[in-house]
Amino acid sequence: MTGYFLRRALVLLSTLLAASLVVFVVLQVLPGDPAALMLGTGARPDTLAALRHHLGLDAPAWLRYLRWIFGILRGDFGISYTYNVPVAELVRQRSALSVPLALLAIVLSTAIAIPVGVFAAARRGSVRDAALMGAAQVGVAIPNFWLGILLILLFAIHLPWLPASGFPGWGEGLWPGLRALILPALALALPQAAILARVTRAAVIETLGEDFVRTARAKGLTRGAALWRHAVPNALIPVVTLIGLQFSFLLAGTVIVENVFTLPGLGRLVFQAIAQRDLIVVQDLVVLLAGSVILVNFTVDLAAAAIDPRQRRPGA
Amino acid sequence: MRGAWRSRNLLAGGAITALMVLIALVSLVWTPYGPTQIDIVHRLATPSAAHPLGTDLFGRDELSMLMAGAQSSLSVALIAVIVGAGIGVPIGAFAAARGGVPDDLVMRACDLAFAFPALLTAVMITALAGPGAINAMLAIGIFNIPVFARITRGAARGVWGREFILAARAAGRHDTAITVLHVLPNIAAVLLVQATIQFALAIVADAGLSYVGLGTQPPQPSWGRMLNDAQTFIWRAPLLAVFPGLAITFAVLGLNLLGDGLQDLLDPRVRRAR
Amino acid sequence: MLAVENLSVSLPMEGGRVPVLADVSFALARGESVGLVGESGSGKSMTALAIMGLLPPGAATSGRVLFDGRDLLAAAEPELCAIRGRRIGMVFQEPMTALNPLMSIGAQVTEPLRLHLRLGRAEAEARARRLLARVGLAQIDPHRHPHQLSGGQRQRVVIAIALACGPELLIADEPTTALDVTMQAQVLDLLGELAAEQGLALLLITHDLGVVSATAARVMVMYAGRVVEAGGTGAVFAAMAHPYTRALFAASPHEAGGRPAPIPGQVPDPQHRPPGCAFAPRCPRAQRDCVATVPVLSPLPFKGRGLGEGSACGASAASPAPSPPPSPASGRGSHVAACFHPHPAP
Ligand SMILES: Nc1ncnc2c1ncn2[C@@H]1O[C@H](COP(=O)(O)OP(=O)(O)OP(=O)(O)O)[C@@H](O)[C@H]1O
Ligand code: SF4
Ligand SMILES: [Mg+2]
Repeated sequence: MTGYFLRRALVLLSTLLAASLVVFVVLQVLPGDPAALMLGTGARPDTLAALRHHLGLDAPAWLRYLRWIFGILRGDFGISYTYNVPVAELVRQRSALSVPLALLAIVLSTAIAIPVGVFAAARRGSVRDAALMGAAQVGVAIPNFWLGILLILLFAIHLPWLPASGFPGWGEGLWPGLRALILPALALALPQAAILARVTRAAVIETLGEDFVRTARAKGLTRGAALWRHAVPNALIPVVTLIGLQFSFLLAGTVIVENVFTLPGLGRLVFQAIAQRDLIVVQDLVVLLAGSVILVNFTVDLAAAAIDPRQRRPGA
Repeated sequence: MRGAWRSRNLLAGGAITALMVLIALVSLVWTPYGPTQIDIVHRLATPSAAHPLGTDLFGRDELSMLMAGAQSSLSVALIAVIVGAGIGVPIGAFAAARGGVPDDLVMRACDLAFAFPALLTAVMITALAGPGAINAMLAIGIFNIPVFARITRGAARGVWGREFILAARAAGRHDTAITVLHVLPNIAAVLLVQATIQFALAIVADAGLSYVGLGTQPPQPSWGRMLNDAQTFIWRAPLLAVFPGLAITFAVLGLNLLGDGLQDLLDPRVRRAR
Repeated sequence: MLAVENLSVSLPMEGGRVPVLADVSFALARGESVGLVGESGSGKSMTALAIMGLLPPGAATSGRVLFDGRDLLAAAEPELCAIRGRRIGMVFQEPMTALNPLMSIGAQVTEPLRLHLRLGRAEAEARARRLLARVGLAQIDPHRHPHQLSGGQRQRVVIAIALACGPELLIADEPTTALDVTMQAQVLDLLGELAAEQGLALLLITHDLGVVSATAARVMVMYAGRVVEAGGTGAVFAAMAHPYTRALFAASPHEAGGRPAPIPGQVPDPQHRPPGCAFAPRCPRAQRDCVATVPVLSPLPFKGRGLGEGSACGASAASPAPSPPPSPASGRGSHVAACFHPHPAP
């Protein structure tokens, strides 16, 4: 297990470094002069020079990359050009919204999808199975940002139960903040849940046909006990892996859905930074988002290994 | 019974997709009104005989815009898939043919690329080059490259292990020739199914990018942009926020059904599973 | 104790219902060992699954499976759950896939103990350890997972599970097919010992006649969903009245007969069973009447009849009188075969 972990950790580290290198090359090296890009064509030469100095552009690219990376390791992401505050501070503020939103969405989608998928698999071929899977087929096709708009129409305008936009922060307690996140989290979760439910159903149907499920039934376990104790845990291995893969879509979804609900999260920060050509913020955010995708997939691989003793074999 | 169900997927998916393509093509030569034709007097009109789906905040005809939107959405998605497959398939085929270190490198690069969803790629591109339909195509296309590379490599490796390939190698055929003559024809079906799925994903990605303003730019109509505009007036004209979403969902549903139907048709293993 | 009467099973397949078992009847007394042999696809596993009530979804059954007088085919699911694993244990064909890869072997042996005997955790674990030791796995840590065990070790775990609650009947469905030769003998010996020691009835399913002759007092030969010959192991092997039994024997490796001669052709799919005797297309003794009617089980030898003559077979097929299904009371032990032209008695 330790050897397995070390090997995985090494791959993780190199992938993270490679991702940061890609971001740096695309945003700092390809444009030639990032300062000119940030200020646009009409910039005055002295402002340009000042910004170049501010960005440390006199140094060669490799040195700038190292400075950036070691800065990040120390928690120093640089100073936002437009806000004139440390990017780390911006990220901290905005994460207070985006991280709970993403977590809520993942929890919701898993909590909906797994029971639905298992239920449909247990009753495959029935009318209820067909109805659920028909709904899932449509659910997969609904874009999350449109679902967000529909939810606003339904639960904020037609039935004024929940806020249509904005976020009061966590200062006033858990509930006001959570209330603002319910609709966006649903908008993110439901289409993901549709995909996950379909995969869960297929995986459970496949494991239900396995010999060990028959062994369990021959022991005298009821259909339900054999399903939940033996079939479902085995079916969950591919499902857990998929949850990890979905995270990257979820993150992209969060960025857009934050715009639907005008939530001041990392997603909105990205667009504000683009609009204001705040290259430093863009660069930091892209690397953070990509890094979190990599980290989540790493965690999910470990989780799959924890569920499945076969994956812990040395040399596997 | 099951066979009928399957061909129903294929038929429904094929019909919806054909309808969408037809609408997109028709919109090139005819729409009820000009899709960019402004008529401030009749702005935010509810559906009527003159405007079956009503008008938007500038008095543009919603139906005409949806038709033109289909055209722009389908072309962005089509080009994105072509870019992705055009680069990804050769890379994947190369990795499968070579194996060893090149294969490892390609697969590691794909792992890395998966950390950048289409939207992040788009963010980087727009940060450099500004928003627009071309950049959206590029962003979605780049995102598609590793998808196609992986699936090609996986499927091609299966083919490389088969006997007729050994025979071709024994006959002294070059790897490239074997790939083109034997491997690619054998995995074409898998690639077609994947292309259908990626096409659907590309439509959603394009709509998302134009919704946040990074994709197709006005005045060229796009479904995502229409949704964004509609949200501003959601209190006065809620239907405007419904139609473009229905169009996206319908198009994606059609492609997904088509992909499922093709998959079932092509994969006899799934056919036998209950 | 177990009496299977006129059991027929049909399964739904593309293009309609297909009969996989037809009119299977046999009985098993307490403590008795009976072998069920036949080629792959002859319906042996289906017979076992029908007894267990674990047929694939959509299966339709007729006839009766009496276990201590209760008809298991008509029994409700909770009653069956209480019997499975408690009073009837089952060992499966494929040890590699019969165990849950995510659960430790200890936990899998413990499960029926806790379920049926309501043992506490510690008690169940101690009992599981004893069971594992009894099947020859004393050295194996119960916390191990199935993938860390060899095929033979896994099959021992499966046997331990089947025997955990001290069942009265053990159904072993080709318990040794997937194992190598030395392992086969060990596992068979173990099954024989355990059956004798615990006084349990054993239904041993195999396609290996050698296994049957060594282990079972009585044997039934199955072909295409029907029992074609049955009787005491000695009598059946001495006579081998049914051409299929003879072909099966010739096809199996044995000391006496030199090199095995495979039976030409294949077991017909349930969808494409020929009319009349299902073995006719492969039978060296087949005659025209064989394809007209299905031969029924009749006692052997056919006294006073000329063997191999159409008239004799026609008579036995026309009158149902000499062919009652062997009932647990009367028919047990008598030698029967379903053939119009059986090999003459030696
Ligand atoms: N789940 C199923 N659905 C449909 N048909 C089946 C199913 N399982 C088995 N059959 C069919 O039922 C017939 C009897 O199969 P069975 O498994 O009982 O044979 P067997 O004698 O146990 O053979 P083997 O030695 O291979 O285990 C076969 O023709 C098989 O094709
Ligand atoms: S009935 Fe005829 S075909 Fe069938 S086994 Fe006997 S001799 Fe052969
Ligand atoms: Mg079998």
